[in-house]
Amino acid sequence: MIWQLDLALLFLVVAIAIAAITVRDLLSAIMLLCAYSFLMAVVWVEMHSVDVAFTEAAVGAGATTAFLIAALARTARWEKK
Amino acid sequence: MPREDRDTGKGKSRSVVVETVSRLMVPFIQLFALYVIIHGAGGPGGGFQGGVIFASSFVLYVIAFGIVKAGNRFPEHANIALFSTGVYLYAGVGLLCVICSLGAAQYLNYGFIPLTHHFEENRALGMDLVEIGIGITVMAVITSIFFNLVWKREEIEKGED
Repeated sequence: MIWQLDLALLFLVVAIAIAAITVRDLLSAIMLLCAYSFLMAVVWVEMHSVDVAFTEAAVGAGATTAFLIAALARTARWEKK
Repeated sequence: MPREDRDTGKGKSRSVVVETVSRLMVPFIQLFALYVIIHGAGGPGGGFQGGVIFASSFVLYVIAFGIVKAGNRFPEHANIALFSTGVYLYAGVGLLCVICSLGAAQYLNYGFIPLTHHFEENRALGMDLVEIGIGITVMAVITSIFFNLVWKREEIEKGED
């Protein structure tokens, strides 16, 4: 455990999460959630929980992003005011 | 590339680079998924993660070749048969343990399956069988969810035309 790396990663995760709920472009929100999942996977590896990191990288960054993009293709891209 | 060509997969302006790269990548992704499933007992990974990785290879195939070709290659009734097969494999191994433990009701205690003469080897082999069952089910369910999400859009557009 390197606490500087942990601090930087958690700060980035929080920043990306706030960006994902404030951005108006839904495709950008999906991509930010993908980046959030990937950074969470790095955080899990940093916490020596490789199995959880594997699941997070496969499901969160892979399958969920594909599902959300397939769902977005059926709705509007921009969030209404 | 125009949207209709991408959706139907029949257009003349498909991207050669995307098709070639995904045609090369899909078998390696599937091989890695099988490695993750088999190595799940002794290291990171397991049936769930391997199944998701296997399903993501079909997602790549759909992105490159379109849903029509992928749906012909991997139809919905095969999906239903596969995810039933996985559940039956999981439950069947568990019930086999109950039967082979001679009424001691050791559900999913893999050591009692008489595959080899050693208790520990039986346990490892039974664990692999259960992981394969989980992997088949997860792969079929996630592929089915993705195919249904993409199919619905296709049908709606077809109805509007």
